[in-house]
Amino acid sequence: MSFLTYLINGISLGSVYAIIALGYTMVYGIAKMLNFAHGDVIMIGCYAVFMTMSMQSWPPLVSLIFAVVVCTALGVIIEKIAYKPLRRATPLAVLITAIGVSYFLQNSALLLFGADTKSFTSVVTLAPIKLAGGDLIIPGTAIVTVLACVVIMIGLTLFIKKTKAGQAMLAVSEDKDAAQLMGININGTISLTFAIGSGLAAIAGVLLCSAYPSLSPYTGSMPGIKAFTAAVFGGIGSIPGALLGGVLLGVIEILSKAYISSQLADAIVFAVLIVVLLVKPTGILGKKISEKV
Amino acid sequence: MKKRIVSMFLALALTASLAACGGGNGNEGASNGNQGSEAGAAGNDGSDAGSDAADGAGEADGAGSSAGSGEAFKIGGIGPTTGGAALYGLAAQRGGQIAVDEINAAGGINGYQIEYNFQDDEHDAQKSVNAYNSLKDWGMQLLMGTVTTTPCVAVAAETAEDNMFLLTPSASSTDVIEEDNAFQVCFTDPNQGVASAEYIAEKKLATKVAIIYDSSDVYSSGIHDSFKREAETRGLEIVSDEAFTADSKTDFTTQLQKAKDGGAELVFLPFYYQEAALVLTQADAMGYDPIFFGVDGMDGILGAKNFNTELAEGVMLLTPFAADSQDEATKAFVEKYQAEYGEIPIQFAADAYDAIYIMKAAIEKAGATPDMSASDICDAIKTAMTEISYNGLTGAGSEMTWDASGAVSKAPMAVVIKDGAYVAAE
Repeated sequence: MSFLTYLINGISLGSVYAIIALGYTMVYGIAKMLNFAHGDVIMIGCYAVFMTMSMQSWPPLVSLIFAVVVCTALGVIIEKIAYKPLRRATPLAVLITAIGVSYFLQNSALLLFGADTKSFTSVVTLAPIKLAGGDLIIPGTAIVTVLACVVIMIGLTLFIKKTKAGQAMLAVSEDKDAAQLMGININGTISLTFAIGSGLAAIAGVLLCSAYPSLSPYTGSMPGIKAFTAAVFGGIGSIPGALLGGVLLGVIEILSKAYISSQLADAIVFAVLIVVLLVKPTGILGKKISEKV
Repeated sequence: MKKRIVSMFLALALTASLAACGGGNGNEGASNGNQGSEAGAAGNDGSDAGSDAADGAGEADGAGSSAGSGEAFKIGGIGPTTGGAALYGLAAQRGGQIAVDEINAAGGINGYQIEYNFQDDEHDAQKSVNAYNSLKDWGMQLLMGTVTTTPCVAVAAETAEDNMFLLTPSASSTDVIEEDNAFQVCFTDPNQGVASAEYIAEKKLATKVAIIYDSSDVYSSGIHDSFKREAETRGLEIVSDEAFTADSKTDFTTQLQKAKDGGAELVFLPFYYQEAALVLTQADAMGYDPIFFGVDGMDGILGAKNFNTELAEGVMLLTPFAADSQDEATKAFVEKYQAEYGEIPIQFAADAYDAIYIMKAAIEKAGATPDMSASDICDAIKTAMTEISYNGLTGAGSEMTWDASGAVSKAPMAVVIKDGAYVAAE
């Protein structure tokens, strides 16, 4: 029975990773850059909810929407100020800029909100489900997280397949210059990608903090790294890959904590990543990339 | 081409993990970040400190002669009054202030008044040393601090070079008191572990015990090691012994599940209240309700921001101070603290209050005067420390005494959280 509990905890943790990983994977797939500030956008989203819901007692749904708006705006602004001028620069320059933005957000949060850890009030009020006479308890947050993850994944896939903007994203990701020749607004499309990715970050953040209710300026950084790993694990650039990678990562983490060693769990997770990349360098669902030399 | 992509991903993953080291460590992350950005300045300070130390006695004499006109003892204090550990530093600053005001109002030490200057270190070793240096410039003769362990280890090394008397209210590592100029008001980490196990066994709180601890923190793992040894010799059965690290300190469901599966009646949590608040929340969500037993780091959980204090109901912690205690001294102190600062004092306030009075007792015993240099005062009162005994707020009614090692000997006391307040346990 405890195995099932571990499994449920793992899937719930993995779903949070998966939603964060979506942000990484979309931006990488379309703009071909790793947005390391993504984890910190999550943290800002959490503070937006904390400040409005816990401090001003707004209704949870309203403050969630507020957080999505804040994060979307933040994502677009970051893209405009920090990444757009570097569109033609080397990938390394963009990567370092992203790390810089990440530290900028962390330190701004330190200044604005202070370093003390705050207890986050869960936005999920769903009661836990008790099975097998109370031996197996599925927390409400776990159910909501998994559902949210699946809904977002389906919505995103439909968006990309069925809408013009989605098709434009696909085109930009295939070949930027050709897409431009076809009359696609590249800057607009990339901005839209950042907007969607950052909006999702707000939702991921709220779910993360509802499941693990502690909030500090560093809340986003470790889950951000894990989610990035999940994205690489599943095949970066692939949306179903982010889901698969996230859930697998969460389950491996919890199970190795439970059955191998609680201290070595992180080391095991990254060891698995290395093995997967050695066997399948593009990740589990990654497409084979052929590049012109 | 494939290979190049793989190596790029691995390089990125490596970069990512480095970024995580810099930023992912919660409060410690904050200090690392600051250290990084201040590396240059810090280097300079380091060399300044070095040259100060080279001046050695000369410097200290300077401090002494500046106070030489000498109507007052200059007592400095260092602790975090901002940042993640601010709760502790503020409490210590205020507790110390109350003691200073009382002593000054009652005529001072041997007729000399006390000047008290408390500096912020944000729970950061580098900033703590800076604070120490600026206090020396101010003319400090005795140091009450520092409040938290990691900075205190750094400052203790500086004070040993300067032969400055150091009495820490609450830094509990044995590393702090390695040198003979340093003394503690609180228990050492190993003693906390031993005392906790003793208490649990003697009061028969549980026979099956689970431990969760932070293996990346000296304080937590120090208590864990001594607790485990003592618990085994006292016949407590440890059903699960699980760790977490600074990088994974949000998800405790697995550790709790193991404790639950093992049938633990008591879970020992030797770490700070921020993580403890998460443990309590997650245990509640799992429907697991054993006795939770913490140590002094748990003190402050009721003051954690936005924390649902109902979850802490019934939590026990080993701390030498209970604010509801009925003895006259505690009652008077709590009343004053509440009137002044509008909240119930925690253990750290009482520790600092005692620290100032212990200094007073030692100074009186040694017959030191404010016109002596810091180094001379230190020589005089470090012998006096081993000769005095002091009955304060944090000794559970017992006499506190010190040996030359600097560690205190006093009776421990457990408090339990009842109706949102700390109450002395039976």
